[in-house]
This record gives sequence, structure tokens and C-alpha cells, in this order.
Amino acid sequence: MADAHDSDSSSPSASRMSRRAFLCGAGITAAGSALLDSGLLQEAHAVSLGATSRGPGAVPISLKVNGTARAMQVEPRATLADVLRDGLHLTGTKVICDRGACSGCTVWLDGTPINSCMTFALDVGNREVTTIEGLGPAGSVHPVQAAFVEHDALQCGYCTPGMVMSCAALLAKNPNPTLADVKHAVRGNLCRCGTYPKVFSATLDAAQAMRAGGSK
Amino acid sequence: MSADEAKEAASATRKERFLHGIGVNSFLERNVPLDEPPPWPDNSHLTNIGKPTARLDGRAKATGAARYPSDIQLPGMLYARMVVSPHPHARVLSIDTAAAERHPGVRAVHVLDRVLGNAELTDPSKEIPSKFPIVRFAGQPVAAVAAITPAAAAEAAAKIAVEYEALPFVVDLDEAREATAPRVFPGDATAEESEGGGGGGGHVAQVGNVRGPMLNRGARPGDKKSTEDALAACDAVVDATFRTQVQTHSALETHGVVADWRDDGLTVYASTQSTLSVRDELAAIFGLPKAKVRVLTEFMGGGFGAKFGAGTFGLVAATLSKKAGAPVRLFYDRKEEHLSAGNRPDSKMRLKLGGTKDGKLRALAFEGFGTAGVGTGAGTAGPAQALYRIPKIWTEESDVFTHAGPGAAFRAPGHPQGCFALEQAIDELAEKLGLDTLALMDANDEHLARREERRLGAERIGWSRRRPPASDTGHIRRGIGVAQAVWYRINSMDSGCEVRISQDGSVEALSAVQDIGGGIKTAIAQVVAEELGLAPKDIVVRVGDTGYPPGPPSGGSMTTSSLTPAVRNAAYKAKLRFLEEIAAALGLPADEIDLRDGQVHVRTPPARTPSFQQAAARLRTEVVAARAMRSPKYGEREMDFLGGVQFAEVAVDVETGVVKVERVVAVHDCGRPINPLAIESQINGGILQGISYALYENRRLDRATGKMVNPNLEQYKILGAMETPEIEVVLLENYLARSSTDAGGIGEPATIPTAAAVANAIYNAIGVRLRELPMTPARVLAALGKVPGSGGTAPTTGGAR
Repeated sequence: MADAHDSDSSSPSASRMSRRAFLCGAGITAAGSALLDSGLLQEAHAVSLGATSRGPGAVPISLKVNGTARAMQVEPRATLADVLRDGLHLTGTKVICDRGACSGCTVWLDGTPINSCMTFALDVGNREVTTIEGLGPAGSVHPVQAAFVEHDALQCGYCTPGMVMSCAALLAKNPNPTLADVKHAVRGNLCRCGTYPKVFSATLDAAQAMRAGGSK
Repeated sequence: MSADEAKEAASATRKERFLHGIGVNSFLERNVPLDEPPPWPDNSHLTNIGKPTARLDGRAKATGAARYPSDIQLPGMLYARMVVSPHPHARVLSIDTAAAERHPGVRAVHVLDRVLGNAELTDPSKEIPSKFPIVRFAGQPVAAVAAITPAAAAEAAAKIAVEYEALPFVVDLDEAREATAPRVFPGDATAEESEGGGGGGGHVAQVGNVRGPMLNRGARPGDKKSTEDALAACDAVVDATFRTQVQTHSALETHGVVADWRDDGLTVYASTQSTLSVRDELAAIFGLPKAKVRVLTEFMGGGFGAKFGAGTFGLVAATLSKKAGAPVRLFYDRKEEHLSAGNRPDSKMRLKLGGTKDGKLRALAFEGFGTAGVGTGAGTAGPAQALYRIPKIWTEESDVFTHAGPGAAFRAPGHPQGCFALEQAIDELAEKLGLDTLALMDANDEHLARREERRLGAERIGWSRRRPPASDTGHIRRGIGVAQAVWYRINSMDSGCEVRISQDGSVEALSAVQDIGGGIKTAIAQVVAEELGLAPKDIVVRVGDTGYPPGPPSGGSMTTSSLTPAVRNAAYKAKLRFLEEIAAALGLPADEIDLRDGQVHVRTPPARTPSFQQAAARLRTEVVAARAMRSPKYGEREMDFLGGVQFAEVAVDVETGVVKVERVVAVHDCGRPINPLAIESQINGGILQGISYALYENRRLDRATGKMVNPNLEQYKILGAMETPEIEVVLLENYLARSSTDAGGIGEPATIPTAAAVANAIYNAIGVRLRELPMTPARVLAALGKVPGSGGTAPTTGGAR
């Protein structure tokens, strides 16, 4: 996952953060817990939007998902994962721990992997959302997806979308990764079937295929 | 034909010559029923079987297109939320649902009148008087709501007011055994055995919270005194106590269903390891004919033994759907999953193992206690009973009830625990007798596959370079260890398949079996393709629907061994019908033609042979189909055993206590391997779950409150990418001549010996034994005498329990 996973909410700097900053950061820090249940939420948005309070009812937003602009009504407390799954029926994105500990819900915001269960849909703004359904070219698959199938880098398959998004993000940034790089990229992605060895080999193979096939 | 003639025809057999043993050179003759297909040669002479085959549904999984039960969205679907007890033991005095019912989003409210999964009193009149089910663990569901959004359901659930009378509780294994401990059940209690091999039904004596002991697994002859006498006569005896923790299954898709109750029947999308078990339990509970309950599991997100039957969630979802007149989605959240969806029971095992200088094991005495919380099935004597040939064996196993969520079958129930004790004792006894561990195993283990597995594994890991314990002197110390698995080749006769060949040449195979990640869908395609001379990708496989022929439960390493013979027999029968029609159309005798490489193959070649597709076009009707159920196993009725030997290499940092597993060599047998690619994946997974069990996972209950303190996936630590070692898998072809495919299973053996192999490697690295799981840095340092605490040589309690 993103380097932001390394940050530690219990560090001294966290306590100096504003509530708003903390909530905004929660999506990529794996720090928050139970934010959805807390009263902080409404307050945070009230603060962020000046005097205008939004919610608790649904409000109109627009999301750019897999290259298409989607207008919809969402409750301010809705996470990006909720909206993708329940609102847009993009159920490839999985919610597994629902608190940023497993990376099953990994999607990209402007190419950076984030936990969509820790990101409010309202906070996405104009950033481009890429989900597992939009990773490959239409009618085809991303080389990482092809390599996962060939290497059998999936068993029950429930962690697979998140795993693929983390690996594909690595290759977009680093076309020539080492085994250690791949391990690092998926160190937040939990797989209970224990498929990691093949995730590693598939990703290294995909990198080679992408280098051989020119930049994609 | 008279009844007698029919019986005779059904029992008529023919003699066949089967591969038998490891490799390809030994054979055995068996009588098989006349309608069985001819024996297959070894895998090198087959086209699809035994060849690494990418899963048919791999692309759907890698692109997010696969729809899991938790992804199902039906028109008008409601979302359900449970209300669970915060108390580990309580009587519910009142439940006020009025405020929840007034919530505008709510469509149905249900107060539970029963809970599934807990053991039940054999005499229900002994139950504590109560209007509602007695709460026996923190997290036990009490009520539920269904509402138009998940958020509305959560809001409404929070408005249900439950008044509890808290009762005394006990969550600790040792404390629960004491005479003064609060009673979990006010009388004898028992639980049905689950299909994954866990649980333990039957009538076993109970005193206080202790249910047992079950003596010698209830079957094997023997007695305690002669075993103790034999131990006394040994040259060396290991007498030690081992402890293991509670491990939760933590499947990534939690337990749950989408239930759709209609006037004409109930449809349930279930994340299950047995579609049939869900159907049967719901049919029984609601008094519906089985034919009116349809269970669908096209995909499911992981099952390691705890996903059998309807579950409390299934019962509640179906009830809410019936009340609301709309489909209801009910999946546990991560916390509920940890608390109430099952776990591997903990254990405290005292093992005495004795041998003589000639390298022979002479006696083994085992006493084990374990808690499956409010469930049963914590026995761990399986390996002690089954792994080695020992003249005197005496085992006593007791379940101890505690106020904790029910245990469930978990990948080789009892065996990783039992192996952790037994295989460390073997390693230790070998040292005491001045023998190499592998030599002691060789002298006392009759399993032929394991013998070969030890030989191959020793070569791969470099056993000859293994040094005496604690040879390294720096702060990183390395060692090598070995441990073995024993499991049972069991089958479900409720395993069926239908194979259809259509006039356009397309082929379908149908079974209610569910693919939990082992890849049975692809194995079915390989078997059908082999029989019809096609490629696996040519076969459309439909599974996970109780509308199809029955499928076996995915548990106990029985899916492939149970189902593939039925698949082959169905494909064989369909082929014979197909060939009969094609032969007539071609004007040839049916026994002159066969199917191969996508062609109709004529033994005496005429000018041209039609392709499979061209031939299919000449079928008289739209489809030729055949169905088969699992045949009884060939030959005598004795139990067959699966083996498996694993070697681990570890590095122990004696300053920090951190153990790193650097390399594992795993050598396994599973009868005839069908898809080595998927088998290798499953072995990788068994090893990684085993390392996770050995070093990290631990369900922690607070003894003061009875609550789980780590019901999540960050404090309940599971092995991840950074802890994944290098793994080498070696797979034997081990033929037993037991069915038309002779396939075995691999799920359980792959995880049984791992923790023990790691423990033996740690001993080899640091010269001190760790007898308690998980082998955390604190326990390593305590064992080394660097910090106070438990976990070292002394079999004490305390520390992190």
C-alpha cells in the first residue's frame, strides 16, 4: 500500500492535528476507527465547508469513476467503498475489515492506492477513481490480472481485487521491481488463503511482460 | 429381470489392474463394478489430469467480476443488523423493540428465540428459567433488525433496549476446570459434530465444565496402566506439557447470507462450505421441503472449517425476510466474525512418550484439555493415535466449557495442536536416545508415502547440514526442524455430477458443490475434458446451486476425492451414449470409436474423422446427458491415511526474540494429483496459515470482563507478505486404487505439521524448547531466561494466556 500506511496516529503530531485534518487523513493513514459512528463527522464537514452544514441527509456529488463522471446522492457519512459497492454496483472492491487494516478495499485516487473504506465519498472531489473493474483496457485485462490468473495467484479470490490494485500501482511507479519491492507493495494486503508466494511471482512476471511490451 | 437378478447385476464386478503405490511401476488387481470406467494410467500418460491448469474462474476473480454472496444486490433488498450481548453470561430480562420499529427505515425486527452453534443441554428442563435464550458468550446475538440501508439498520439496532441480569462467568481454560468455577451449562451439554470434522457429539460424562475424558478416542483398545508400565520400562521418556491458543478462522468474507423468502420457496445466497448443509438445516428449521429451499454459492470468500449449516445469521436473515416480505442481506461484521463464527479451540496437553535404545517407540500417554467455548470438539489426540506405530497408546481428551464463542472445525481439527506436542516430543526423544530425528521417524512410521517424503524433503532442505542445537553464537541463530502430518482420506457419498453434451458441441458439468478456493471447478473441467478428449476451457462448469446434483461439503480434505470420481463416471456414461449415437450416424460399431484431441477417433482409420463439434451435430436430440453419484471406494473398507512432511528453517534473534521463518520445504501426497497448480497454492496456504498460528495469531479474552480485546485484523495479527518465507513444494503421485480418479485431498495435511516444524527449528537454533503457542518474542526471550515469563522449558501457565 501507499507509504502513508507507515504513519502512526498515536505519534505526538497526531494529537496536534485538527479534527478535520485528522478525518481527512484517516483514509490514507489506516488510523481512524469508528469515525463513522462518531459525532465528529458532521462537525468536520461543517468546519470544512465554512458555515454551510451538509447532511445528515443525502447530498448531490459527482465522482469520476473509471473514466466516467457519475452524479449521485450520498449521505455525507458514506465511504467511497459504500458508494462504489452499493451505489454504483462495483462490487469488485471488497470491504473486509472496514477499518483500514487489510487493504481489501484498495482503489486508486489519481493513481495512488488508498483504502476506500477509510475515505469519505464527499472527500474524493475531482480526483479520478480507478477500481478493479476499470484497471484493464475495455474488454481485456491488465498484465497484472493476466499474470495472477496464469500463476494461480488467487484462491478464494476475495483479497484479489485489492491485491491486484496494489501490485498494479507498484508497476506504474516502478517498472523494474525486486521481490522486496513487491512484498513492500502488498504488505498491507491481507490474504487468508496464503497466496502470497504466487502474488510475488505473478507481479514480477507482469513487470517483465510490461517491459517487454513497451510502456502501457 | 427379477429382484435377485437385478441385485446380482448391480453387484457384478470385473477385475481391473490399477496403479498402486508411489510412482508408476507397481500395480494391484481389484474387482470393480461393471459400470465403472477403465482405470487411468499414471498422470504422464494423461492429457489434462496432473497438468498445471489455470483456474477457469481466475479472470472473474482478478477483474472483480466474480459475484460473491456478500456482493449480491437484489431489488428491494434490506440490510440486517444484529444486536449482540455485551455480557459473557446473562439472562435477558426484557427486550424493548418499540423505538427500533418506529425508525422510518426499518422493515422488520426479530427477537431471537434460538441460537445455533452453541452446545445444548441434553435435558432442556435443566436450563436456567428464562423467557429468552441464555447468553453464554459476549457477542451472542439477541435481536436483529432489517432496514432499507446498512446505516438505518445500525441506527435502529442501537435503539433496541435489552435489560440483562449479568451472571458469573469464566473464560479461562484452567479456571473453568476448577470445582468452584461458574457453570457454563447447568447440566450436561452436547453439540452435533460438524461436517468439517469438528465438534464431538455422543454421550460423554460431564463434571462441572469438564466434558470427558474421552478415552482412546472411544475406539482403540488399551488401558492406562499397561501404558504407564511400558513407559517405566523405556530407556528414555519425554514428559512435557504443551499449550496452544485459540485461533479464529478469519475468512475474509465473513459468515452471512442474502435470504429471499417468497411464497413459493426460500432462496439463499450463502458464503458456505456446503450448500447442501445450508439447505438441509433451513428446510428443517422452517418445515419446508428441501425442494423449496435453493442455496446458491457461485463464489465464496474463504472457508477453513467454520462455514457449515445455516448459522444463526442464516436463520435470522430468513426470518427477517419472511417478516418483511423482501430479500435480506445479513453478513457479520469483522468483530462479530471473531466472536461468534467459530474458532480453533485452545489446548493444554501433557504428553509422555517413551522409547528404547534400539530406536523403537514403546509407549505414549496423552492427556488433553481444550476449550471450544460454548461448543465442543477440542480434542487433540488424533496425531498421537494415528501417526506412529506404538505398541502402547493411551489418550484422554476433555472438552472444557467456557463463556466464549463456540469453536468449530478448523482445517484439520485437533491436528496442528496435537502435532505441535507429538512432533516436538519425537524430536526431543530422538535427541535423548542419541538418534537423528528422521531415523527415529523411519523406525516407527509405517506410512510409505511419508517415508519417501522424508527422504525427498531431507535432500531439498539439506538435512545433512543440520547442526547440533544452539550452534550459532551471534545474535541471529539459525536452525532446521521437521514435522509430519497424518490425515484421513474420507469421502462424502452425497457427491454427484451431471454432464451434458449439446448438439452444438458445447459441454456442461453441473454439481451443487461449492468452490471455496481449492479449485474444484477447474478439477471438474479437467476430468470431463480428459474423458471427452477436449480441453478444460471447453467445459462450462456450473457449481454452487442446490438445484444441481448434490455436491460434497468442502471440508476434511474430501472435496476432490469425493467428487471427481462421480464427475468422471458421469462424463464416461455421457461419452458412451454420445459414441453410441455417433457410431450409428457414421455407420460404425460404437466400440470402434473414441474421443481424443477434440476429434472422434476411429480405431481403424477411415478417410476422415469428424471433430467433436461435427459429431455432436449428428445427435438425434438436443442433448446427451448422464448423471452419476460417488461409487463406494474400491477394495477393502480400511481407512487410508494422507501423509505430508514439512521442513522449516528459521532465524531467531536472541536479542529481540523475533523468529523469522526463512524457508519451508513441504513434501505431500494427495493420491492422484489433479491440478498441481492449485494443489501447490493450497499447500502454500496451509504452510502460511501454520506459520501464522505458530508465531502470531491469538484470540485474547479479558478474564475480568470476558470480552475479546483484539476483535479486528490489526491486533489479531495474521501473517502477511513481509513474513512469507521461501516455500518449496514437492508433490508425490501416490496411487491407492480407490476410485475412478484415485484423487485424494490436501487442505488439511498442508497445515498440520507447520507449527511443530517451526518449533523444532527454533529448538535447533537456540537449544531451548518452546512449548506454548504462539511463539512470540516475549516467549522466546522468556525461554532464553532473558525476561521473566512463561513459554520456556517449564510447563507453566501465566503470561499471555
